[in-house]
Amino acid sequence: MTGLASYLCFFATVALTYGVAVLGLNLQWGAAGLFNVGVAGFAAVGAYVAAWITAAPAPAHWGGFALPIALGWAGAMLAAAFAAAIVGAATLRLRADYLAITTFGAAVTLQLVALNATALTGGPFGIAFIPKPFESLADRPLAFGAANLALVAAVTAIIFVALERLTQSPWGRVLRALREDEAAAASLGKAPDRFRLQAFVIGAALMGLAGAMQAQFFGFIAPDNYLPVLTFQVWVMLVLGGSGNNRGALLGAVVVWGLWTLSGTLLAAMLPGAWQARGAALRLVAIGAVLAGVLLARPRGLIGERATVSRHVVHTGEQA
Amino acid sequence: MTRLELRGLVAGYEPGLPIVRGVDLSLAGGEILVLLGPNGAGKSTLAKALAGLVPVAAGTITLDGASLLDVPAHARIRHGLGFVPQTHNIFAALSVAENLAVAAAILPRAARTSRIGAMLAMFPDLAAARRRAAGLLSGGQRQMLAIARALIASPAVLALDEPSAGLSPKLVAMVLAKLREIAVGGVAVLLVEQNARAALAVADRAVILVEGRVAHEGAGAALLDDPHVAALYLGGRAA
Amino acid sequence: MIGQILIDGITSGAMIGLGAIGLTLTYGLLRFANFAHGEFATWGAYLAMLGAGAFGGAAPIGALTFGWPLVVALMVAMALTALLALALDAALFRRLRRHGNAIVLVIASFGASLALRSAIEFAFGPEPYYYTTDIAMTLRLAPGLRATADQLVVLAAALVLMLAMHVLLTRTPLGRAMRAVSENPDLARLAGIDPARIVRATWAIGGALAAAAGVFLGVTVQLRPSMGFELLLPLFAAAILGGVGSVPGAMLGGLVIGIAEAAAVPLAGAQYRAAVAFVVLLAMLLVRPRGLFGGRE
Repeated sequence: MTGLASYLCFFATVALTYGVAVLGLNLQWGAAGLFNVGVAGFAAVGAYVAAWITAAPAPAHWGGFALPIALGWAGAMLAAAFAAAIVGAATLRLRADYLAITTFGAAVTLQLVALNATALTGGPFGIAFIPKPFESLADRPLAFGAANLALVAAVTAIIFVALERLTQSPWGRVLRALREDEAAAASLGKAPDRFRLQAFVIGAALMGLAGAMQAQFFGFIAPDNYLPVLTFQVWVMLVLGGSGNNRGALLGAVVVWGLWTLSGTLLAAMLPGAWQARGAALRLVAIGAVLAGVLLARPRGLIGERATVSRHVVHTGEQA
Repeated sequence: MTRLELRGLVAGYEPGLPIVRGVDLSLAGGEILVLLGPNGAGKSTLAKALAGLVPVAAGTITLDGASLLDVPAHARIRHGLGFVPQTHNIFAALSVAENLAVAAAILPRAARTSRIGAMLAMFPDLAAARRRAAGLLSGGQRQMLAIARALIASPAVLALDEPSAGLSPKLVAMVLAKLREIAVGGVAVLLVEQNARAALAVADRAVILVEGRVAHEGAGAALLDDPHVAALYLGGRAA
Repeated sequence: MIGQILIDGITSGAMIGLGAIGLTLTYGLLRFANFAHGEFATWGAYLAMLGAGAFGGAAPIGALTFGWPLVVALMVAMALTALLALALDAALFRRLRRHGNAIVLVIASFGASLALRSAIEFAFGPEPYYYTTDIAMTLRLAPGLRATADQLVVLAAALVLMLAMHVLLTRTPLGRAMRAVSENPDLARLAGIDPARIVRATWAIGGALAAAAGVFLGVTVQLRPSMGFELLLPLFAAAILGGVGSVPGAMLGGLVIGIAEAAAVPLAGAQYRAAVAFVVLLAMLLVRPRGLFGGRE
């Protein structure tokens, strides 16, 4: 029983770290209409920065300052925000699909750096022995798991409340107005690029925090964790849960992470040993099909956006 | 002989928001009918509904006795309906010859060259510019190309949405003279216009649309002379 | 040195250009960035491997490493990949187009890309394959200038396909109709063109050309489940560089990216090759978002 309980704690902890990334994506896409296909890149920045700050010195990689975990997480958010500011300043004024392509390219490039800048990142072997929160409890699995879950739940709750307030604030309303009709919002004197950049940077900081928390809970990071599959997972979570809705974002994270874990366990049990690696591929086929199915059958997700902006789509004449 | 007939036509971009609200019209071969009316009266929407670009909510459209309602927009030219939109009415990236060839593709292979030749003979300006990208043509030439493109398949009915927009008075007169020439050839011409005086001068009949309904109907010259109509709808254009 | 970079860059650039033609055509026509386009190259390459195996092991042609079976398999793979592209459109993209939002299409294509790639990995495993175990013969074209016979034949074949594509677009009714719909779908309908027919033709052509690029990549490098996905950034870079919707632009853009990649290898190392396309693309978007050779927004 204790084994199962501590496993559930670990499961929920990881699901919530994904939830934080999905909340970040929901701010970018759901609230501001920014199409970011580089989630994995910002998570990677956060993970590596947190690892550098908090891990003990090691010859295989840079950093190793052995500082407190809270500092690592703050650093991760700052670094991801900084990366987003650079990418965003360069590309946010472009069309939505160009933003998608450039964020995708940025994530691919960051992953290449993680893989090849061995002196900084440890190369393909990544960084190990990243300290976990509450390590003093490590010999009591249930307490350790519960403490970690409490920590990440608290962090998630704070972010959730902050985002709810932010999106209901005048700032959030401007974002939504920009998403619906840029020309109209801009004519009211709102500088679209500045609002968008702010949403993009805050969202990316949350992705960086998610990456940092995962690094801390797993204790180990490697470039393979930050392939486009991660971006895809986070997107599926948001689309399934319902973009534009923070509750939906969290629900999507838990449901998709649950399906992901469950399908992995099932495939591992059902497939012969030689096919294990291919089982992972089959899982991706399935989740790709799930995404397509949700987009087709339930485009607004499990919980859709609450209608907060009236849609003035009235064609008032023949020129419309 | 009536070729085009609209009965109780209701049309608009969105369900429940009709812009054309019950219009009856009929048009005979060789006739030019001008559709006038203030901004927002539904003139362009009516023309687009005719072309299949705007959904029809109620009513009928028949061409030579056959209903067009179930004919998709891309097949209406095969049923004899040519339409010249107001803007973006040529393929700017294609050459003049290619614009005509694209439209001639629905004809039997043997007829294509001769119909393109006929159009170039009818619009000598285009013949001189046939290799040029259509986007580089002057405003008058563009309008000629747009009309030639719509005429190439020898439609029974030619509908035009404000072909005079943005043209100088001299070019307007030229375009309208061409339309008269086309009508003399037996084509029924439906002309949507803001430029009422110039259009009425060439029209056989005119219909004035107000708020999606027919408000006045009559011979072109008679409407032009009607002080009531002139004051209401032609005032701004009076010389 | 410079000559060698040019040879390598032009060869891989021709394959990028070939793949980018379909991408730029669907992008221009349907107004969405198809992240699944690279997978057509992967599927084409693997389908050709199956086909070449089925047609038996004939002797290699001349100095090449492959024989007639692969040539026939190339044709079959192009046809089958065209069908795959059509099926993907019918099952997914066409339905989503009815709902409007182009970005939803991009998300869906991202999912389709992952599913298609993973299906290949499931069927064939992650390890690389080769069409043949023969060693490619290297020809000395000039002092310090080498190319394999395979490379030269692939380059020639890619150029022939590009030329054929150019002729199709400028000299045939189908090609003119494709350009017409891409510029103005409503006006094309008024001119009697059924846009749905043109969309189908565009998917089929784009899928077939991407499959050819994948087979050529398999001949000159190797087959891996991620080969098409790794081609994606260069494809996007080539399409945007050339101006979205422009086929000659995509071909030239492909050559520019190919040469830039080849030139960057001695400077930054082969491991960063994949980032070159991104850097070129970013520079391009900042300076001239409409593409080097015009094209439209």
